[in-house]
Amino acid sequence: MERLALAVALALAAETAAGADAARGEHLYARCAACHALEYDRVGPRHCDLLGRRAGSIPGFTYSPAMKQSELVWNKETLNRFLADPLKTVPGTTMTYAGVDDPKERADLIAYLGTASCSNR
Amino acid sequence: MSSFFSIPNPNAARRLFLGHSGLVLSGAAVALLAGRDVLAAKSGDAKAGDARILNTALGAELEAIAAYQVGAESGLLQKPVLALALQFQGHHKEHADLLAKTVRKLGGTPVAAKSKYTFPVEGLKVQADVLHFAASLEQGAVSAYLGAVPLFGNRDLSKAAASILGDEAMHWAILRNALGENPVPVAFVS
Repeated sequence: MERLALAVALALAAETAAGADAARGEHLYARCAACHALEYDRVGPRHCDLLGRRAGSIPGFTYSPAMKQSELVWNKETLNRFLADPLKTVPGTTMTYAGVDDPKERADLIAYLGTASCSNR
Repeated sequence: MSSFFSIPNPNAARRLFLGHSGLVLSGAAVALLAGRDVLAAKSGDAKAGDARILNTALGAELEAIAAYQVGAESGLLQKPVLALALQFQGHHKEHADLLAKTVRKLGGTPVAAKSKYTFPVEGLKVQADVLHFAASLEQGAVSAYLGAVPLFGNRDLSKAAASILGDEAMHWAILRNALGENPVPVAFVS
């Protein structure tokens, strides 16, 4: 039974990843605009070149101790976890936001963030 | 009895509405409410968590004040729109004052305004560019407050945050309207 549940979960995860829509993610990114921009730091850090970046590592940006010590590296899996529940994933983060409940919305956001390169800006 | 809808003067209509409604809280009342319950809060951890949420919001409010200042000084806003922008900036100043006071009451230290903010000023060429920029900030603020409301340990702080959310949603709608867009395109915000 557990194997069946795992297989279903993996299949759903694969479907979500395959169907991620960066254009829809760009639309959803408007929710982040109180604190974030792609190309420069604001209340929150910049998001270009996010995938592969160690959390809390942009020089000159004032991170919470919790984020600096999180040892996270941003990839699809860690971003998915963080966006689902920032305060559970990094207790003490200053990203005091309840999270994005919908897995498809998270996948779309992550797909969009994956397109944002600092060198294009 | 006078009808709200038959009063030609908006100020008179507002006075009538306030006089007949127990639902509307002034900014001062929200501040008082938040302050009273902050003092009654029990858990130190809950207070620290609430202060952290409020400080994140305060940082965004301080940036919004600076952004409206950039818009006001850009020379791109025509007179009626400029007055509106300054009014909205005044609201953000009130929000920031309330948030800072509440953070102090919780035993925290309010974040200060940055000495310098980065804004996409190179893209601001005409009034509509400034309005689009302001609308994007207000939309983001609505989402940010919506994401913060369920997190507070103190439910009265959720109420105060929701009050600010409502104000910023009105800013967003008015800015969209000024741009010729549907001011309220959806039934729910997210």
